Amino acid sequence: MVWLLALAIGALYAGGLYMMLRKTMVKLLIGLAMIGNAANLLIFTSSGIVRSKAPLVPKGAKTVEPPFADPLTQALILTAIVIGFAVLAFALALVRRTYEAVGSGGLEDMTEE
Amino acid sequence: MNLLVLPVLVPMVAAASSLLLWKSVSAQRLVALLGALGLALVNGMIFARTQTGEILVLGFGNWPAPFGIAFVADRLAGIMLLATGVIAVAVQIYSFSGIDSDRESFGFYPLTLILLMGVSGAFLTGDIFNLYVWFEVLLIASFVLMSLGGERLQLQGAVKYVTLNLVSSALFLTALGLLNGSLGTLNMAHLSERVAEAGDPGFTTALAVLFLVAFSIKSALFPLYGWLPASYHTPPAAVSALFAGLLTKVGVYALIRTFTLIFTQDPGFTHQLVLLPLAAMTILAGGMGFWVQHDMRRAFAFAIVASVGVALVGLAMTGIPGSEAARTLALAGALAYVFQTMLVKTQLFLMAGIVRRAMGSCDLRTIGGLAATAPWLAAMAMIGLLAFAGVPPLSGFAPKVAVLRASLDLQQGWVAACILAGSVLALAGVARIWSEAFWKKPLHRPDESEQDQPANALARIVPVTGLALCIVALGLGAGTVFDAAEAAARQLLDPSAYIRAVLGGGP
Repeated sequence: MVWLLALAIGALYAGGLYMMLRKTMVKLLIGLAMIGNAANLLIFTSSGIVRSKAPLVPKGAKTVEPPFADPLTQALILTAIVIGFAVLAFALALVRRTYEAVGSGGLEDMTEE
Repeated sequence: MNLLVLPVLVPMVAAASSLLLWKSVSAQRLVALLGALGLALVNGMIFARTQTGEILVLGFGNWPAPFGIAFVADRLAGIMLLATGVIAVAVQIYSFSGIDSDRESFGFYPLTLILLMGVSGAFLTGDIFNLYVWFEVLLIASFVLMSLGGERLQLQGAVKYVTLNLVSSALFLTALGLLNGSLGTLNMAHLSERVAEAGDPGFTTALAVLFLVAFSIKSALFPLYGWLPASYHTPPAAVSALFAGLLTKVGVYALIRTFTLIFTQDPGFTHQLVLLPLAAMTILAGGMGFWVQHDMRRAFAFAIVASVGVALVGLAMTGIPGSEAARTLALAGALAYVFQTMLVKTQLFLMAGIVRRAMGSCDLRTIGGLAATAPWLAAMAMIGLLAFAGVPPLSGFAPKVAVLRASLDLQQGWVAACILAGSVLALAGVARIWSEAFWKKPLHRPDESEQDQPANALARIVPVTGLALCIVALGLGAGTVFDAAEAAARQLLDPSAYIRAVLGGGP
């Protein structure tokens, strides 16, 4: 399972970088989204994938018996997803406005004056 | 109420109130000014408290560290907060006449306040994931400020700025995730302990370099500085002055914090072999760009790059084996340099804004004659320019000499050569800007439509003058400034007090 996730993360990073190096703004955005998702998956994977239960302390006990899923990691990813969503939404609006102002979606058409 | 929450709370309340007052620009102005003054006040109070050597800690929700998020104010955070407060007030006053009414009525003031909130949070947090969150807060605000107005040039600059900063954030997040996976904590004091105990320094060093790349995009380190001169000249002067003073310095702060507190396991590699050459190249690249640019604001953007280089050379030299005194001197020089350069860069960009308003352009080839038409502005510009070049007795001189001395003490002659070459380039650039913009006769007389307001409008000249006075005072009081910086450097180089303050565990 870890190997599968590792390969998926690698593919996402590589694909994202490839898309960012294309010459249009839309692909740039797709690339950014892919890299963001790759980072989130990486956080998830690096903290350890275990077949486990929710980290709830049973009645009468003082601690949780391992194995349990680390709730901190999930909180981190949730935060990162929300931030990534907001940032991407803004980037999308920005790209649209730039497209209207420049009259082209090509990065090479961005010239001074 | 705990003092440490105020640098975030004051701008947040002010931003929320100014959003509620959306219809009335004059009420927003008042709220923004009050917010900036309040921020300067609380930041000054925190600075004063940290000057006793006390490390203030606030655990949110009464969670003990390392389980909850903590705000920590040590001497370094105090210094950065003080500069933030001063810059906030100067830029808010300037924007009363420096920002056009369209931008004012589309949320300029709430956005600057949110940006200030993000910057304060980044300087205060003791948790590295929380640092990421504050980075995003200030980035989102800066994205909108950068593109607010929607001019073509501005939007193009914004696309570059947004892209590079998002890449940097993604790298930061990647490094964070791996760090959390390998060390199991995100509290910086706790990380510092865990790194010292960890059995796998190789992996930690790899992560350190990943953090270095992420932060060096934010702080515009060679060779990742390209986005800065490509975007900083496009928004209005008040916005670029705010960015110039604060944003790259947040990156520098993050580098100083992580590479003194956490990643000290292999300084021969991370500090000496990787960071030091990059920082030295940054000085040269920034200096050369500053020297050749035709647009005054672009030249100043390269000046930011050059000064980031000087500060990071100081940080990098703490990793060189050698006398404790020389390493402290290097870091103290870097801290004093960062503090004064924040004010200098803000002043320069505000000044460029006035020049642009008066001449209709910032192109050094066509403008000119400002020494005759606006003598007061010229005098203030002279102070800022010479402070950047590092001419005594202004503020840039003493810290640069400290870094230079440290590089010689640590037998890094080539670093000293880079710093000196950077100074020569800076001086040549300053001389060129002075003779082109202020002395020579203008080739292009601005007509009435371009010259929309006189060069000496009070709200614009006051902050520039105030910052110039700060720069002179920092230069004249170099001894006092340096003592504070040295104490801060000592505190950073021996992180045990920081760790004790955050994690407890007895005095």
